Amino acid sequence: MSETNLDRRDFLTKSSIGLAGLAIAPGMLLFDMAHARPLGEAASNKVRWGMLIDNNKCETGCNDCVTACNTENGLSGGTKPTDSQWIRKVQLKDTFTGRVSSLPMMCQHCENPPCVDVCPTQASFKRADGIVLVDKHICIGCRYCVMACPYQARSFVHEVLHDQKPEVPRGKGTVESCTLCVHRIDKGDTTACAEACTKAGHKAILFGDLNDPESEISKRIRTVTSTQIRADLGLNTGVRYEGI
Amino acid sequence: MNMALRLAAILFSIFITTAVHAADKPILPNIDIGKGGQCVEPDHALMRKTHMNLLKHQRDETMRKGIRGQKYSLAECVECHASTKTNSVLGSNEAFCQGCHAYAAVKLDCFECHANKRKVTAEASK
Amino acid sequence: MASSAFSRNESRYFYALVALGLFVVLLGYLGMHAMEEHGHIITGMNNQIVWGIPHVFAIFMIVAASGVLNIGSIGTVFGKVPYKARAPMSGLLAIALLSGGLAVLMLDLGRPDRIIVAATYFNPTSVFAWNIFLYSGFFTLAAIYIWTMMEKRINPWSKPVGFLMFAWRVLLTSGTGLIFAFLVVRQAYASALLPPMFIVLSFAWGLAVFLIVQSAMYTWNGRGLDPAILKRMKNLLGVFIISSLYLVATYHLTNLYFAKQTGFEHFILRDGGIYPTIFWAGYVLLGSLLPLALIYFPGMGNTKAVVSASLLVILGSFALLYVFIIGGQAYPLSIFPGYEVSSSFGDGQIGKYIPSLPEILLGFGGLAIAFLITIVSTRVLKSLPLDVAVVTPKNDA
Repeated sequence: MSETNLDRRDFLTKSSIGLAGLAIAPGMLLFDMAHARPLGEAASNKVRWGMLIDNNKCETGCNDCVTACNTENGLSGGTKPTDSQWIRKVQLKDTFTGRVSSLPMMCQHCENPPCVDVCPTQASFKRADGIVLVDKHICIGCRYCVMACPYQARSFVHEVLHDQKPEVPRGKGTVESCTLCVHRIDKGDTTACAEACTKAGHKAILFGDLNDPESEISKRIRTVTSTQIRADLGLNTGVRYEGI
Repeated sequence: MNMALRLAAILFSIFITTAVHAADKPILPNIDIGKGGQCVEPDHALMRKTHMNLLKHQRDETMRKGIRGQKYSLAECVECHASTKTNSVLGSNEAFCQGCHAYAAVKLDCFECHANKRKVTAEASK
Repeated sequence: MASSAFSRNESRYFYALVALGLFVVLLGYLGMHAMEEHGHIITGMNNQIVWGIPHVFAIFMIVAASGVLNIGSIGTVFGKVPYKARAPMSGLLAIALLSGGLAVLMLDLGRPDRIIVAATYFNPTSVFAWNIFLYSGFFTLAAIYIWTMMEKRINPWSKPVGFLMFAWRVLLTSGTGLIFAFLVVRQAYASALLPPMFIVLSFAWGLAVFLIVQSAMYTWNGRGLDPAILKRMKNLLGVFIISSLYLVATYHLTNLYFAKQTGFEHFILRDGGIYPTIFWAGYVLLGSLLPLALIYFPGMGNTKAVVSASLLVILGSFALLYVFIIGGQAYPLSIFPGYEVSSSFGDGQIGKYIPSLPEILLGFGGLAIAFLITIVSTRVLKSLPLDVAVVTPKNDA
């Protein structure tokens, strides 16, 4: 008797879960698609894009985020002092404990960016959704922002460039830095570095909307200890680090 | 003094004759319009006259406000107008952008930064 | 005598000087053109050291431009009579030096074809944007200042214009210091001492340039400078050199007290190889102590000694600016305090910089522009200081 009842209960439980899943799944897909901003709509400050990088998960010796960024944005990948590097792996050694680790360093997309303060033409600007960009149309190449950035995030283009990616215009004589893959996130996608890190299995880079309390990054930032690099400067960066 | 005046007069008349002669038969550039078809603006003369202003306004909307998918997208211009042989809007004085700009002697600044090839080729060549 | 024989060839010498100046400007143009065509890759600059030799030349000229106008201000604003006669020349030199400095600065931009953009898009928080306004105003005011002094009818206006000019200069030179002082994150620069330091440096450098040009003009015209006036001016130069040394010393000594700054200070003053060498030998020894000896030692203080001292001060200024601008960038940022860092982008490493030919040519081109404006304007306008009477030196400057 009990077996038949259990069987029926089991069947009902499983099928109702299955049905519920079927009902919710399309909604979740739609939820993801809804992240892409509709064409013709401007970026708004209701959203604040950011990243949470876990130093504990970042593997020393892995350069996948750097490679992905270079491929996505058409960078040469070179490491001469004159080559542009939008993201770099920094090897850290704690001077007292001797612990060795590494983490990726890129534009921190500050809320109070020093580069925006010093740019004479407002070419270095912060978009409404928090992404700090360089408007290459009005950049005069004075390099004041390169001097002002606390994270050495900016690069100056020292030579004539060819074969730029259509979504990532870059040119000689202007300054550039990590755009938080603005061309991808405007379509609802994630940043190239976060995608590559997830693909590599480390999942050290988490990208998302800091203003959305339900986003994975907001939930995680509420629970774990995270910090800004050079928090003493009071810049309120959009990129935060866990585990340092 | 007399000699100089005479020389100046001769040179001046040659100049005027040439200019007038040129006005009779303008030598227009031979532009390869790429894929062609329906331009975003039906009035081509208006496009020639105002495309720089349309692009400039559009670039600020896209760059600073993040408004995507608008009509006067430079990438879309290149997509249509890049030569079907070279897939570029530069490269020769018959190419779409370079041709007119070379003819009018107006510096073409866009492609210092922007890709001058249509997307398909840019991806295929990488 | 010698002066009449001199004046027969004087025109030729003058045009020879103009030709030389134009030639150096041409070289500067070639350097600039190469940089604009190929990009900054042909220079020694890179992503760690983005401001190089052109900035050293440009900032020297801009700061000296402000300082050389001080000579006129001492006359107009502070009422010292011998300096009043020198005011027109100081105005002309100011315009010349600022032109040269700005030319170098603007031509070193990554996109010099976008100067119009710089003049039409303003960022109210950027010192560079303020400077567009401050420098234009400086040129206008300097021109008006010269005009008020050379045109008898509007002479009474020279005093209010002089005051305005003085205030404008203090603002402008403080702004030059603020360019660096606002870089909060750079250990070399985040200091409120920089605006006053640049002001005092401007006094020293401007007076040094003035003394050299004045001596040259007097020699060219076969005149002698009144020894009493020479003594006043050289003593003033001495005071300015000492004040500069004081401010530079204060800046370094206070920096040494911050535990987090000691690494940087040791780099600049002791461990950094070329930078301490240039600082101590170039700025302190040759650029400050030796000129002081040439000015104050008994038996010194004649024209030759004063001109040599002025030239050494200028050499010292280049040395100081090289260490300040380039040394300041060479030292890595402290992004991860408490960690030793390394990366592919120079984290934790001293930046490398070797001045390249195009940059050096551009710098000298700017000096040549200043030189050309000076010699042409002093030939066209009657700006040679004509001292009315011999002034006995008093206790004041």
